[in-house]
Amino acid sequence: MAFWIASSPHNHNQAKTPNLMRLVIYATLPGVLAQWYFFGWGNLIHIALAMATALVCEFTVLSLRKKPITHELLDGSALLTALLLGICLPALAPWWISVIGTIFAIVIVKQLYGGLGHNPFNPAMAGYVMLLVSFPLQMTLWQPPLSLVAVDLNFTNTFTTILTGFTLEGYSVEQIRTSIDGITMATPLDTLKTNTGLGLTVFESLENPIFGDNFALGWEWINAGFLLGGIFLIFKKAIAWQTPVSFLISLFICSFISYSISPDSSASTMFHWFSGATMLGAFFILTDPVTGATSTKGRIIVGLLAGLLVYLIRTAGGYPDGVAFAILLCNMSSPLIDQYTRPRTYGHLKGDK
Amino acid sequence: MSNEIAPQNSNDVDIANKIDEQEEAANKLQATADLKAEYKELAIQGLWKNNPGLVQLLGLCPLLAVTSTVTNALGLGLATLLVLICSNATVSAIRHWVPKEIRIPIFVLIIAAFVTCVQLLMNAYAYGIYQSLGIFLPLIVTNCAIIGRAEAYASKNPVKQAAFDGLMMGLGFAIILVLLGIIREILGQGTLFDGANLLFGEWASVLRIEVMQLDSQFLLAILPPGAFIAMGILIALKNAIDNHIKNKKVVDTEQVIERVRVNFDS
Repeated sequence: MAFWIASSPHNHNQAKTPNLMRLVIYATLPGVLAQWYFFGWGNLIHIALAMATALVCEFTVLSLRKKPITHELLDGSALLTALLLGICLPALAPWWISVIGTIFAIVIVKQLYGGLGHNPFNPAMAGYVMLLVSFPLQMTLWQPPLSLVAVDLNFTNTFTTILTGFTLEGYSVEQIRTSIDGITMATPLDTLKTNTGLGLTVFESLENPIFGDNFALGWEWINAGFLLGGIFLIFKKAIAWQTPVSFLISLFICSFISYSISPDSSASTMFHWFSGATMLGAFFILTDPVTGATSTKGRIIVGLLAGLLVYLIRTAGGYPDGVAFAILLCNMSSPLIDQYTRPRTYGHLKGDK
Repeated sequence: MSNEIAPQNSNDVDIANKIDEQEEAANKLQATADLKAEYKELAIQGLWKNNPGLVQLLGLCPLLAVTSTVTNALGLGLATLLVLICSNATVSAIRHWVPKEIRIPIFVLIIAAFVTCVQLLMNAYAYGIYQSLGIFLPLIVTNCAIIGRAEAYASKNPVKQAAFDGLMMGLGFAIILVLLGIIREILGQGTLFDGANLLFGEWASVLRIEVMQLDSQFLLAILPPGAFIAMGILIALKNAIDNHIKNKKVVDTEQVIERVRVNFDS
């Protein structure tokens, strides 16, 4: 009997790219379900559109680059990008928004830089930011939660709205977004920003039905769903816990300081945690193994930086939510952070090269 | 040559003259051939091999800033072309009297003078385009493509060649400007030659083509990041074409070698 002799490492991690991607896709399910429950079919339709576009783009570029098509097409990375982009889009945005965003994300941000593992920026977030910069009108067509919408937004109505801009009964997107009082409703973050600019205190703006009973009607449950999925991923060791934890702590500290200094003009810590894209960004996008930092210390620094940036953009910037911008800025700085946070090699002294 | 000379032995001076004339003629022929080759080389260098926009990457600031429409791109391209030709010719004409130590300030002064001329001309005859180009028109002075050509070519070569070099380099630059303008205007607004009347006068407003009807402007193509992306894709395309040509040439030479071997064996 011959012993099989091999050099170390002897313990292999059997996780392959498709398995990891599938796991992450499953982990988004609670959040996506919450989104479906509170905001209707819009995001699911956009996710489907984006996924179809992503597969077509990936196939085209891979065949142009003469790469193994079936292997790389089915590794799930393009599907995950499309899924994340579809989640981020406003539910009633026109269909070409998700198509253009996905084409940009897959062809330019991912494949032109060399495909999976070589892209310096997170494709989904870069696609989202491109859309936000290019089509500010369509990208702010946020729909209020279904319970506040007067029009019955079933599947066919949502579908025709995304395709043509009108429901079957002929309501336009603007009419859907208008509340009974005749005021256009926006996201909680947006409303808060506008109201603070108008001189209202946070407590006065919280009376708006868009905020619901707790922090942000609907959004809090979507964020809770992504938090649940993220904890599942950490439990499965698919992502490192340092990034999301440091990100959330950083956001918590920033908002806590401003809330304790002036509670009238700044939102509560939990509002920052459970509105907008906080949890999605923390667990699903910032933890991207390709574009994030790789060392433990680096991950903590990236998380802290992202939290600070998100807080600054939300309170002082021009956009209501800043997760996408903050993550792109962190993507940019993560190679530098990695450079300065190299872990000590075993057997070497600190500072030894 | 010797066959013609051989029967005429009567007059030595005559022969010598004839030989001189023939040599002169041959030299002239050779010189014109050389000149032709040089002009051809200059054209290839300016338009393709050493294109200021695609290869030297000089003058990127106006290239990326004003190419949001074809009209703006064409306006700046023509202005740069004119300045480049005039400055190259002037620098070349005075090259023997310019002290080497202070040549750069002199070049800059010459270029600045021509840019001022072009600016005043545009102000007088194409006020619309003058306004829409704004600061980028006077900034032609700092366009490194122009001073680069003055230093690298015009200050060492005769006037005609220098002017031709300016023409070709300017054309290469203008072509890239217009290409970028076409890409960005179609993607951004869905039109072509929008506002051409600013450059060519009222009749040119018929040139405006509606390529596609866009519900909303694609702002990325109009903003500077779109220019960077489009420029990167253009450079990649140029390199891809070069690689393709290179690969084809390699295949050709291999075939030649094969044929030689076959002949040798048989």
